[in-house]
This record gives sequence, structure tokens and C-alpha cells, in this order.
Amino acid sequence: MSMLSVFQIAGSALNAQSVRLNTTASNMANADSITSADGTPYRAKQVVFETVQMGGPQSQGVRVQQVVESAAPMRLTYDPSNPAANEEGYVEMPNVDVVEEMVNMISASRSYQTNVEMMNTARVLMQRTLTIGQG
Amino acid sequence: MEPRSHTDGEHEMNIQTDANMRFHQNSLNLRAQRQEVLASNIANADTPHYKARDMDFKAALSGAVSGRMGGPLALSTTKSRHLEGRGDGMLPAYTLYRNEQQSSVDGNTVHLDTERAAFAENALHYEASVTFINGLLRTMQQAVQGQ
Repeated sequence: MSMLSVFQIAGSALNAQSVRLNTTASNMANADSITSADGTPYRAKQVVFETVQMGGPQSQGVRVQQVVESAAPMRLTYDPSNPAANEEGYVEMPNVDVVEEMVNMISASRSYQTNVEMMNTARVLMQRTLTIGQG
Repeated sequence: MEPRSHTDGEHEMNIQTDANMRFHQNSLNLRAQRQEVLASNIANADTPHYKARDMDFKAALSGAVSGRMGGPLALSTTKSRHLEGRGDGMLPAYTLYRNEQQSSVDGNTVHLDTERAAFAENALHYEASVTFINGLLRTMQQAVQGQ
């Protein structure tokens, strides 16, 4: 059944996009976390998507291959009164780019919406298919 | 020329309805397949290095109607002992890569507007095929009931 795998494809995309949205949310929430579990400042995280085969050769879904840490340099802020400041008075802040994260968030939510619409279309088509020969 | 007998005409009509039905069935199957391909494109709109694909619908349908349906570059079998020679797990030959419209740094060639338009168009064609099949069935039913 071809049309059923549209649900699988869209479902995998919804999953992947929600992981991306989650990552963006953690980045935004930790934009000012100067210490994390290991004592160093929080590092921005990004997801890497990968195509994955589902069912037939022409149905290709998507999954999160890995979550990588951003290689961008840490933000240095001059704040000598901060207990985490170094000898020169600079505090290492997370390398989260808030604007970039906002763009990422909008992109992820648009992709999510598109995939939901795709699922709805597939549902309507399948329902129409079930009515063949009834009227 | 001899006038055709009653049964002959009936037989011919039956064959025609059958062929019509098969045509729309093929078309419906291919539309479902294309929907799958387009769904893959939309799902992979953010995947690096993904290349968008589409079906050459004309080639696919004419192939299906002439009996050369099936897998990638299916061989035509003219004798009963000919092997089919299908490459399983490969894409059908009529599935092609889409031409790139706007290049992106990550190597992805999905243009979301194009894909969504094609998805909507394909859904409409699918519904049209369903409607045609329903019409054919209704015609046959009316013929059976004699109304």
C-alpha cells in the first residue's frame, strides 16, 4: 500500500523536526548558563538529519543522525565581579546565537506544519479510496 | 460487410470497460507512488545532501498501460520461460532527479514550494482517478439493473 507509507514518512519527519525544536529550546533556555554538569559553560547543540529508507525504495524518511556541539567560539563578557570570571575579569558565556536559534525554531515549526498537512492530505485520499464503489 | 451480432458488440463493450478500468487502476497506483516520492521530498526538506526526485508520469503511465510496469528497467518477456530480471530494491526507471532551482550550501535540492504544489496537484489527480473509477462502476451497475 503506497499511501500508507506517506504516514510513515511524514511521521519520521515530525519526529526529527520535534527533536530539532527540542534542541533549539535547550539552546535558548541555556543561552546564559555559565556552568553545566561538567563545570564548563553550556555549548550550543545542533541536530544533523539523515535520510532513511522506509518500506519501498522510493519512500525515504528522515531521522536525526547525531546531535553535534557547535564549534563556534565562546562569548567572552567583561564582568570582574562574577565568581566565574578569569584573572583578566572575563566570563566565558555559552556560544548560543539567539538569532540563529530563532530562525531554526521558525524553520522547524514550518517544516512540522507542512508534514502535518501532508498527513492530512494522505488521510483524505485514503478515505476517498475506501469509498470506491459505494456511490 | 456483415453486421455485427448482438453478442459481439456486448463482448467489445465489456473489453472496453475493462481496459478503461485497468487504465484508471494503473493511474491510481502510479499517483499513489508519486505521492510517496513527493512526501519523501517534503520530509527531507532539511536533510543535507538530499536530492529531490519526481516521477516522469507520462513515461510511467504509458509503460504501465503497455504492460511494462514493474521495477527498474523491467525486461519484456516474450516467452513463458523468460526470466523477469528485476533489480529488487532499486527505484523504477521513471523516477528521476528534479532539476535544481536554487542551490543551497548543504547540497539539498528540495524546493519546498514546488514540492507542495506538486503534492497538491497529485492529490487532486488521485481524487480524479477515484471519481472516474466510481463513475465506471456506477455505469456498470446501471447497465446491470437495466435502468
